[in-house]
Amino acid sequence: MNWCTESMVSLGRWGVDTVRVMGRATLILFLMLSRGGGGQGAFFPLLVRQVYVVGVLSLVIIAVAGLFIGMVLALQGYNILVGYGTEQAVGQLVALSLVRELGPVVTALLFAGRAGSALTAEIGLMKTTDQLASLEMIGVDPLRQIAAPRFLAGVISMPILACIFSMVGILGGALIGIDWLGIYDGSFWGNMEQAVSFADDVMDGLIKSVVFGVVVSWIAVFQGYESMPTSEGISLATTRTVVYSSLAVLALDLFLTAVMFGDL
Amino acid sequence: MRVRTIEISVGLFLVAGLLALAMLALKVSGLSVSAGGGTYRLYAEFDNVGALTRRAKVSMAGVTVGRVVDIEFDKNTYMARVAMDLDADVNTIPLDSSAAILTTGLLGEKFVGISAGGDDVFLKDGDLVEDTQSAVVLEELIGRFLLNSSDGGD
Repeated sequence: MNWCTESMVSLGRWGVDTVRVMGRATLILFLMLSRGGGGQGAFFPLLVRQVYVVGVLSLVIIAVAGLFIGMVLALQGYNILVGYGTEQAVGQLVALSLVRELGPVVTALLFAGRAGSALTAEIGLMKTTDQLASLEMIGVDPLRQIAAPRFLAGVISMPILACIFSMVGILGGALIGIDWLGIYDGSFWGNMEQAVSFADDVMDGLIKSVVFGVVVSWIAVFQGYESMPTSEGISLATTRTVVYSSLAVLALDLFLTAVMFGDL
Repeated sequence: MRVRTIEISVGLFLVAGLLALAMLALKVSGLSVSAGGGTYRLYAEFDNVGALTRRAKVSMAGVTVGRVVDIEFDKNTYMARVAMDLDADVNTIPLDSSAAILTTGLLGEKFVGISAGGDDVFLKDGDLVEDTQSAVVLEELIGRFLLNSSDGGD
């Protein structure tokens, strides 16, 4: 009996805590969005600076990863398809898998590791060293000055990075397929054009990457804000950012794919 | 000067993103039917649509002019009712044109092929293509072939 109540108590506590965290996260998202534009001082330079940190500096890893993934897709696809004499379909295989799935998802995973963790650590350290509190003391809203530009920069950068990832991947696939494996380039690009539709495939991939951008940046900023003000707390929050955003991206991807392509 | 470098690189980043999107649109998806202006709706009823699916191509003379948007069973005629969106530019399809369900290659995907008739009245939005030819079902063909060959053997 006693054990039973104890477990109910812990379950209830867990439930209340979860709802509380969700509430705080939603509140932070709402405040970031509502205070982003207003306030004193120009907002745009802050945003540009964060797009540089979050987006431009992630470009190299995104482009290199895209190139390799496109090349591997072309090689693997060729090895299987050549058995059926349909190696011209490598183009559409590479393009569809990149544009629909791998572009948005792998970009979001890399983005969580490269930019999300850095965001969390930065904000977490600011909190630990009482910089956020100091900002508030001198009358500057840290949500507007620190959190909102980072969040918006992530939302802006994600779709751009995903587009670049897909394009570089397709070029890598073409490099392997056409120049190395000797697929006729007319049928490579032609089949690709036939199979990929702009409204369905490219736009859906873009929508996915915007959603992932919101989720990853939101988790990163929130974890930074919520981190315990110790060195251990920061490392815990950084780990959480990467784990939570990766899981959220993968789960949301299944959901979005089911809605977009599963005729749900 | 440092701020300026950052701004320039962010600008280049945005341009690179737009370029990648433009390339995805033009080179990879060959942006054509779906975004090229308006469309109009035609219907056709088939005895059997085979493996025709939504988003399948509608072509005339081998050129894609539209896509299948919906396939449903018509409980009054016991036929499959296929709704197609055709490019608004292609507005001169004669009233007595015929629609057939064809296959690209032996195992390729199914698509709707429209062959032009000779009427000088054209199909409009919401019209029904009267003359249709169903999908060739490979199993039926094989079955018929086996039946014929066994007949011949007797």
